[in-house]
This record gives sequence, C-alpha cells and structure tokens, in this order.
Amino acid sequence: MQEASPDRTRVSPYIWLLVIITVAVSLILLLLALQEITSDTKDETLATYLLLAGAVLLGSAAYAMIQTRKRVFRAKIESHPIMTTIECKKCGFKSTREFQRGDYIFKESEKCQKCGNPTIIAAIYREVKEKEKERFTS
Amino acid sequence: MNPLITLSILQYSVAQFIPGGDWIIQLIFYLFFFIFILYGQKIQMYVMIREVQGSLYRLKYIRDEGRKITIETINEIGKPQSDPTPRVDRFLEYFTISPQSLDPAGIVWKLEHILNIRDARFKDEVKLMAPSADKTQARNLENTLEAAMALNYIYKIIRHFYLLGKKTLSLYVIMQLQMVLPLVMREAEAYASALKAFAYGQPIGDGAGALVAASLMHGHETRKLPEDCVVATVQMEGRTAFVIKAEGPGGNVGKPGDAIKTIIEENEGKIANIIMIDAALKLEGEPVGEVAEGVGAAIGGPGVDQFKIEEAILKHRIPINAVIIREDVGDAVSPMRKEIFDAVDKAIERIKQVILEKTKEGDKVIIAGIGNTIGIGQ
Repeated sequence: MQEASPDRTRVSPYIWLLVIITVAVSLILLLLALQEITSDTKDETLATYLLLAGAVLLGSAAYAMIQTRKRVFRAKIESHPIMTTIECKKCGFKSTREFQRGDYIFKESEKCQKCGNPTIIAAIYREVKEKEKERFTS
Repeated sequence: MNPLITLSILQYSVAQFIPGGDWIIQLIFYLFFFIFILYGQKIQMYVMIREVQGSLYRLKYIRDEGRKITIETINEIGKPQSDPTPRVDRFLEYFTISPQSLDPAGIVWKLEHILNIRDARFKDEVKLMAPSADKTQARNLENTLEAAMALNYIYKIIRHFYLLGKKTLSLYVIMQLQMVLPLVMREAEAYASALKAFAYGQPIGDGAGALVAASLMHGHETRKLPEDCVVATVQMEGRTAFVIKAEGPGGNVGKPGDAIKTIIEENEGKIANIIMIDAALKLEGEPVGEVAEGVGAAIGGPGVDQFKIEEAILKHRIPINAVIIREDVGDAVSPMRKEIFDAVDKAIERIKQVILEKTKEGDKVIIAGIGNTIGIGQ
C-alpha cells in the first residue's frame, strides 16, 4: 500500500507544457537581461524589467513543480510494520518476528528455540513513533 | 505589516529606480483593489474548490486501493472460478435502509431484523465470491468488504457535494465541505489501514475488549453462545466469572447482547455484577491506551445489543460496570498499537479491583470483552 497510484503520479501534460513554456520564456528574458547589461548601449531600466520578469516566471514554474510533487508525495497510504511476539509457555522465552498471514493471538506456534516446548503467539502489534510530544497531555 | 503601508514602501522603492514606477504601482493597486472587491468571494471559492479537489483525488486513490486489495485478497484466499471484480463492484454499492422511526415502539427489533438480513446477505455473497475460504477467512473477507464499502461511500458523498458546489457555485456548500474535510480524511485513512488489517487478519484496536476477555479465558474450556460468542467459566478472586467474547480469530463482533442475556437466564438472574470492557474513543490530548472505569453498558454499534443488555439487567436489577481502553478513531480500526496491547494488563487489574470491591466471595459475575475479535483467538 506504499506505492502511489499511477493516476496521481502522472502529472497532467498541460501542466508540463505550461511549465516548459514558462521556463523557456523566463530563460530568454534572463538572457536578454544579461545581454542588455553587457552591451555597450547599456539600458539599466530595460535590464531591470527583463531580470524581474524572468525571475518571477522562473519562480512561478518552480512553485508549480513543487506543488505537483507535493501532491504526488502525499498520495500514499501509510503502513507500519506489524510484529508478532512468540512466547514459550514453559521457559518464558520470547522472540519477535514480522507478522505472517495466518498468525493470531493465542495460536500455537513453532517449537521453542531454547527448550523445544510448544510456543504460542502472545502478541501482535504495531509500534508507532510519536512525531512530537503534544502539549497539555496531562 | 499593513498591505497598504507595504504597497506605499514598494511604490517609493520602485519610483526610486524605475522612471514612471509610481504610476505603475498605483495602477496595480487599484486593479487589485477592484478585483478583490468584485471577485474576492469567487477567488476564495476557487481556492476552496481546489483544496477539496486535492482531497477528492486522495479519497479516490484510497478507494481504488481498497477495491484493489479486496479483489486481490478474494483471489488469493477464495480461489474463485471466475473473476470476482464485477461482483465486488456490485457489492460496493450495496445499501441498507434503516427502519421507519415515526412510531418508535419496537424499532429495536425491526432494526435487529434488518441487520440480521444484512449479515446473512454478506455471508452469502462472500461464500459466492470466495468458495475456498474457511470460516475465519470468510469473516475476515466480510470485514474487508465492509471497509471497502465504507471508503466507496465516503468518496461518493464528498464527490457529490464537490460537484454540487461547483455546479451551483455556492460558497456555503463548498465551505461546509472544506471545513469537514480534515475529519473525513482522517476517517478515510483509518478505513484504508483497516482494510489491510482485515485482509491479513491482524488484530485491530477495536479488539482491545476482546483481547482482555481472551487473556482471562485463555487455558480454560470454552463453549459457544448465541450469536457467534464464546464463554469460559473462570475462577477469579474466589468468584465465578463467566468471561464472554466474540468467537475468534475471524473478524467478528458477535452479539454480546444475546450472550449476556443467555448467561443471566442460565443463572436465573443470580449475577452479582456485570463488567463490560470495550475500546472507547479518546479525546485529543488523552493518551492512547489509557484505562478508565465507569458504569453502564460499554458497547457501540447500532444499539441493539446495548438495548438487550439494559433490558436484561433491569429485569434482574444487576449492577453493571464498564472498563474502557481509550484510543482514537484511526487506532480503533487499524492494526493494534503496542500501547493498546500493553493496556490489557492494566484493564485486567481494574477488573479484579471492581470484582473485589463490588462483589462477595462465591458470587457470580459476567465479564464481557466487547469488540472485533479479528486476529484474536481464545
């Protein structure tokens, strides 16, 4: 359940086209600005306008891409590893492994690694790491 | 900073460097002013629509994943002769009409009847979809299908209001939807994790009560009770305890109402106390797995079982106590968290304390562990 859906990972071709055109126009504007600054008949006002427009367009294209990537990244369903604890009824030896289909609590499991007596599944759980300690918890 | 002050500073700065800049900024200012005056609400609405659209995409993804997992599980476990996809798709649209409540007398029995029909229909459908599944697997599949149905329903409701809001361009329809969406998304994500737990037969948070009962009855002889429940007679602190839970390890909540009523009748009402253990929704800020104690029938669902328990205890004047294990809605339907598992011992301690305080030696008590017993044996 970790994979993102193909529908959501595929960015719309219109958005791609828009981003490519925006980047191309902004690059042209930035190049023109550079040309204007380095030319003999230096027009600072025009260069400033071009530089500003180029930067704004480039920024917009980057923002659009970040937003799209963000949405793709969020299209996942979080899943945590599920652990199964096996306990020996006689010697109390405990071992933990990943959950396997068919496991259930109090099911008789494989023989004890230590004493060879039958074991049972004593626990099946998932561990969640708290992101941050919330205030007002007490 | 005030936007007008910012604009004035910007105006001054631009005027310094660009000739005619003053005029440009003024024009931009008035343009923005009139745009926001005339179209402010529409802009706000389009922003909200986009937000809802994003959540709707995510809901669609969750719904489709749920459907995919369900079909995969049916194919894997049930080994059907033909493709189960059309049957699953038809099943996802299945609905239940609740009984008419204009004359509420006797509505509980009508509701129970409708729910019984629904359960029977679910069982039949699962049998047809997955002929090779055993009893436990069939129950798990029923639960998986129910979670997939819930996801489909949530998606369709949100899509309905989104399209309605877009069609009518009503700010209030979209606003209500946008306000309720965070809670709806939480629920949908909870169902998404429940789906995998049901498909694999993993214990879920809602099974906390069933796990407490299973821990108490483990190693003792059990017998079946109506409906889909088991009972074990356990000696605790010098008292005879009838420990009841739904029959596991398949996904099943049983009918604890009928089970408790049967035990009361078998003992001619001579029950000193009933203790019910269930998972309960926690409030934000409360820790997961906190154990609390109170009085009353601790049982959720449509209310039929609670009604039956209350009727039975009223008839024989039996006191009823409740021990709850707190968790949030996401934890209740997703694989059991370690904190909830660890709370089982604390709940057992509380039960012993209640028995010691509220009953005498030689008394008979009923201990009912409520909840879905998926992944929990006895």
